[in-house]
Amino acid sequence: MSNATFRTCPDTGLKVHLSAQNLIKANAVAAVVFLLIGGALGLMVAMTRWPEVHLLSAEMFYAVLTAHGIDVLLFWIIFFEMAVLYFASAILLNCRLAAPWVAWVGFVLMLAGAVIVNVAVLQGESSVMFTSYVPLRAEPHFYLGIILFAVGALLGCCVFFGTLVIAKDEKSYEGSLPLVTFGALTAAIIAVFTIASGAIILIPTLLWSVGYIEHIDTVTYKVIWWAMGHSSQQINVAAHVAIWYLIAAVLLGAKPLSEKVSRTAFLMYILFLQLASAHHLLAEPGISSEWKVFNTSYALYLAVVGSMIHGLSVPGAVEAAQRARGLTNGLFEWLRKAPWGNPAFSGMFTSLVYFGFLGGISGVVLGTEQINLMMHNTMYVPGHFHATVVAGTTLTFMAVTYLVVPLIFQRDIIFPKIAQWQPYVFGVGVAGISLFMMGAGTLGIARRHWDISFSDAALTFDYPSAAFLMMSLNGIFALLAALGGVMYIVVVVGSILFGKKRDANSPSLIPPQVNPAPASTYGGTGHAKVPGTYALVAIFFVAFVLYYFVNWKYLSEVWPLS
Amino acid sequence: MAITSPENRLWWKERISGPELVWVGVSLIWGLIMFFAMIYWHIEGEQNLSNEAYRITAEQFAEKTEAMVEAYTVREEGDTGIPVVHPPAGSDVYLISRLWEWTPILELEKGQSYRLHLSSLDWQHGFSLQPTNINIQVHPDYELVLTLTPPETGEFSIVCNEYCGVGHHTMVGKIYVVDSK
Repeated sequence: MSNATFRTCPDTGLKVHLSAQNLIKANAVAAVVFLLIGGALGLMVAMTRWPEVHLLSAEMFYAVLTAHGIDVLLFWIIFFEMAVLYFASAILLNCRLAAPWVAWVGFVLMLAGAVIVNVAVLQGESSVMFTSYVPLRAEPHFYLGIILFAVGALLGCCVFFGTLVIAKDEKSYEGSLPLVTFGALTAAIIAVFTIASGAIILIPTLLWSVGYIEHIDTVTYKVIWWAMGHSSQQINVAAHVAIWYLIAAVLLGAKPLSEKVSRTAFLMYILFLQLASAHHLLAEPGISSEWKVFNTSYALYLAVVGSMIHGLSVPGAVEAAQRARGLTNGLFEWLRKAPWGNPAFSGMFTSLVYFGFLGGISGVVLGTEQINLMMHNTMYVPGHFHATVVAGTTLTFMAVTYLVVPLIFQRDIIFPKIAQWQPYVFGVGVAGISLFMMGAGTLGIARRHWDISFSDAALTFDYPSAAFLMMSLNGIFALLAALGGVMYIVVVVGSILFGKKRDANSPSLIPPQVNPAPASTYGGTGHAKVPGTYALVAIFFVAFVLYYFVNWKYLSEVWPLS
Repeated sequence: MAITSPENRLWWKERISGPELVWVGVSLIWGLIMFFAMIYWHIEGEQNLSNEAYRITAEQFAEKTEAMVEAYTVREEGDTGIPVVHPPAGSDVYLISRLWEWTPILELEKGQSYRLHLSSLDWQHGFSLQPTNINIQVHPDYELVLTLTPPETGEFSIVCNEYCGVGHHTMVGKIYVVDSK
């Protein structure tokens, strides 16, 4: 079976299976196409919710909002994750990809599904939002497209698992899986659960949309849909954390502080994150508080502990590597002299900060059963998830693209100055969107809402003017984020098409002092000291605790209800 | 490194460094604190979502609401003549949500408690009471019953914050709170 052809990567020495490489390229290109579409739609949404601009009509807005969510949250991200899976398996494990033809079938299904869904939404009769809550009814091909996409992704996961088996069987690596592959494995396992949940709810919903099933209970729909919906976000978390380790390793030779701790943290994601879907159901009738409290906490917050561990381990790995290189002055010389001019590094590190401070803290607070009452379905919700999925996952994926283009597409990055600025422009833009959406939400602004001045309503309400200001600021920062997105697309597409081709004679991507081969022993003194990282996590923890308790205080001022 | 197998094959036997263990411990304890905070709030806090809910049909809920409207309407408002209802303190109060309105308008008394019943006659809606910012999901075929005690007088609005079609942004209701007689 081994007619597999390989090339040897001149930068890392890894054996690259050419079929795997082609699949990585195809999925990465598809991902970027959907980022472009979804991002443009997102800008239109922001320009409509900017009250002075109010770009789209109500009908267009609701359709565009539906498409935006699906194009970025499902299609951009999952196509990219397929590329990550193939990279983390075949490339990192130096082996051939299992049954590439299956991966291609998966790719075609995903592409077909994505196109069908977009067509359905743009036809105007499927404006049901990404969540498609029954009894909102979309056209049957809307649901069909999502199902096809999900089946394709499942095939990709199967190819990934198969490749791990092949690698073990053909002994293409020694010892345990590398941590990045372990993280990708976590993502793939969660993906199987996610896709299964999606099938369980969307297949009956498809049958309902054609009239074959008469009724779907609205609460049951949400419970199962969110088993897919939230778990898919955990795929993103596992994937982007794995990539943080990857970028740190490639650029700085960084090693995890403790393989045991980092792997356990990934394992906690698998064991507990599924429960988290409950935090989408905290305001629903008919579900007990006991169920809500236990599940929204992912079983006593054990999965949050997983993230907090990575929050120490990733910067700690960077710091340890930097200190080993002699940057030991003071608490933060390792950070000040980190390669901030390298967009892969800057994207990765800033995304970690945004994800932790903005996304993580707001998420835990939002998911607290009673505090949720102040925030459910307000703009706080998209404020939170733009911090996690966009400033977190998307920015991380953008960062790693700056490695994928030279290493997989074998092209140099063009417009290096634009590339250098891109993560900052995008990151600040998204951080701004997130902050101001959360601000608007705390002032009560509704999400998925076309007109907060209620000009067509029989009865009206005056939101405070600060809330209108928040939505305008959201619009401005959305423009900045869109600029960052355009910069990314221009650099990446331009590099793939016109970048100078790389070969064995090109200067290595890996900085000279970084030896990617496992030559040195780990942590000679027993353990690396990372005081700068401890300071950072201490600041994070203080911010977390303060913000958490301040929200209980706000809740106590709300009308008593029970 | 993270892209290569761990150099120490028996990585699971490596000791964990002190500070890392401390951080794991802190995280675990913080997680427990947050978990018990929710339980504590159920006992001592004044803002909790009720667990009382029933299955109901749209017709049944509309009937109960209609009965309240007939008994306690005090006036009508707006071009569409929405009834304003002043139910007795402590009584069962019904609020219908449907595409695209909240009806009736409620007039409640400050400091009094009411059993508020929420249900939808068609699709899901979001009960978003402003400006106090309480947000609850309303489902068709489900009746949620919660106890509400307005602590202040004034005019309050109910914005629908669950997307419910092209008229979603026109769906606004109202609650008046007046001084107790």
